[in-house]
Amino acid sequence: MSAAASLPAAASASAASPALEANDLSLSFGGLVAVDGFSLTLAEKGLVGLIGPNGAGKTTVFNLFTGVYRPVRGEIRLGDQRIDGMKPSAIAAAGLARTFQNIRLFGNLSVLDNVRTAAGLRARSGLFRSLLRTPMYLAEEQAILERSLELLDMLGIAHRAGERAQSLPYGEQRKLEIARALATEPKVLLLDEPVAGMNANEKREMRALIQGLRDSFEVAILLIEHDMGLVMELCEHITVLDHGVTIATGNAAKIQSDPRVIEAYLGTTEDTAVVAAASAAARAPGAE
Amino acid sequence: MTLDQANARGRKRVSERITEPRIGAGAAAVASLWPVVLGILIAWFLQQWVAPAIGPFYAKVVLDIGIAIVAASSLNIVNGFGGQFSIGHAGFMMVGGYAAAWLTYYGSIQLWGSPALHGGFLGGGDLLFLCGCLLAGIVAAAAGLLVGLPSLRLRGDYLAIVTLGFGEIIRVLIQRTGDVMSPVDAQAAGMAGTIGNLGGSLGFGGIPTYTRIFYVYVFVTIVVVCAYRLKISSRGRALLAVRENEVAAEAVGINTARVKIVAFVLSAFFAGIGGTLFAHELGTTLNAQELGFQKSIDIVIMVVLGGMGSVTGVIMAAAILTVMPELFREFSDYRMPIYALALIIVMIVRPQGLFGIKELWDTQLWRRIQKAKDGA
Repeated sequence: MSAAASLPAAASASAASPALEANDLSLSFGGLVAVDGFSLTLAEKGLVGLIGPNGAGKTTVFNLFTGVYRPVRGEIRLGDQRIDGMKPSAIAAAGLARTFQNIRLFGNLSVLDNVRTAAGLRARSGLFRSLLRTPMYLAEEQAILERSLELLDMLGIAHRAGERAQSLPYGEQRKLEIARALATEPKVLLLDEPVAGMNANEKREMRALIQGLRDSFEVAILLIEHDMGLVMELCEHITVLDHGVTIATGNAAKIQSDPRVIEAYLGTTEDTAVVAAASAAARAPGAE
Repeated sequence: MTLDQANARGRKRVSERITEPRIGAGAAAVASLWPVVLGILIAWFLQQWVAPAIGPFYAKVVLDIGIAIVAASSLNIVNGFGGQFSIGHAGFMMVGGYAAAWLTYYGSIQLWGSPALHGGFLGGGDLLFLCGCLLAGIVAAAAGLLVGLPSLRLRGDYLAIVTLGFGEIIRVLIQRTGDVMSPVDAQAAGMAGTIGNLGGSLGFGGIPTYTRIFYVYVFVTIVVVCAYRLKISSRGRALLAVRENEVAAEAVGINTARVKIVAFVLSAFFAGIGGTLFAHELGTTLNAQELGFQKSIDIVIMVVLGGMGSVTGVIMAAAILTVMPELFREFSDYRMPIYALALIIVMIVRPQGLFGIKELWDTQLWRRIQKAKDGA
């Protein structure tokens, strides 16, 4: 527990205040410790990967960031604002957006309306203005419409605007999730397995997209992904979780050679001869 | 447009895009109000020309259709848009109806000495009635707030049970009130002294019958315009998003608790007005029994059949389900089995209702008709 907590916070490239910062986050469900002493620093426009075996607590970390769960210990800062304990909707309004591992679209709404719904977060017109359709409301709706169409265009799904979100193929649903998240005008974007279930082509496309997003939207990105190739190529910094504990942080090269990471993914010596052959050099003795 | 091209524009936020309104205040008012004005003209037309032409029986059917549309369209806001399954809608009508009946009956006595109709079109009595509509809306909206609160913690069947319980509680409370006071007693008691005398289980008789086709369809217009405008606005999309996926809705910044409460309050407000129209109809003794569970189910069926979230679909279902029993009076014994059967069939064949979330002009049939027209 304390070993994980004492790990240095991820060293960020920029000296300015980070876009997203977590300190010593902990959460347990009953007796099960889901996340223990999790710390992370995400610089402005940074791209950090969060990896770990299944059940390591990656999505739980996302749920802590987005207010679905409240940490029992620790704090989360989005820019200068402390966001732990806030409602998910308030956190989204503060500038933290996410996508979901198991896609959660507004299935019966059109693709366009999915994005417009999210862009509506920045609308100021209340119920009465909406019902009276005041000029201010109409101008706002027009702005939301333009913005939403543009986002769809940027993600290459504008031709689907009128279709039901549910009817989209899987890859496009993932893109729509990203478009919807971007429509809330976030400072930080959390992507939960954006290329899960995609083929090589789609993955390549998505990789270019994620890189482009950062520049286009000046958004910092935290990425959960099981596709190691993607993570290693994209992320300047990687945090590895196992059983809720941070077992390694650093750049791709450092992570790849970290004995604890290899152990978490592939098991201990007696389990796999293959592993031994592949990474005998990197294996540190006495890790167990 | 590729990502690179969009680079420069992509950062532009919604707030930076809002341009100065392109239309002047006058044009804006016209754009905002024309559907309402049109609705009022239609209401006037129905009242002045249609009603006399079709005779009192069918005039009453037209009037009942209007009330059904008000009730069903208001329920559609909660059930259809918000996906919160409420089966106590008649309870809100009851709360509103009784509040307004209390105001018009005892108010008339205080003002004019008798509960009879007073004044002509938009005369004193009509104004009192319209005040009753407003009061009904406000009282029902307060009840909506009360019932909306559990919706923050409950969903599906559990919420349905709470709303059902609410309707029953209101019914029982009203049935426990005292007899309607005579004008002499009421004048002596004053307005505050009569709140407990709403007729009890015998019903509230002698309510002045201010409900006319004109007023009914003016309120139909208001409810329908509000429901439709809500649906196509950001606020309405937030409500639809709550229905579709609550977790995702929160994640894009929608305060789901607030959205649900607002939906309940707005829906109950209009239901209260619907109840007022119902209470002041000619030939009814307002009875809590009539606005009980059965009535709630009737309204739910209109929404489910028409399409959860379809404004036009619900209007059509309300009209059809009001006309049908009148046309087939001789089969009235079979009304409930037929209702139940129709509901089961629709749920199997088209679980989203006849229109689903679509409006009339979004449907395949409509497009085909348009195409046929263009071809001809």
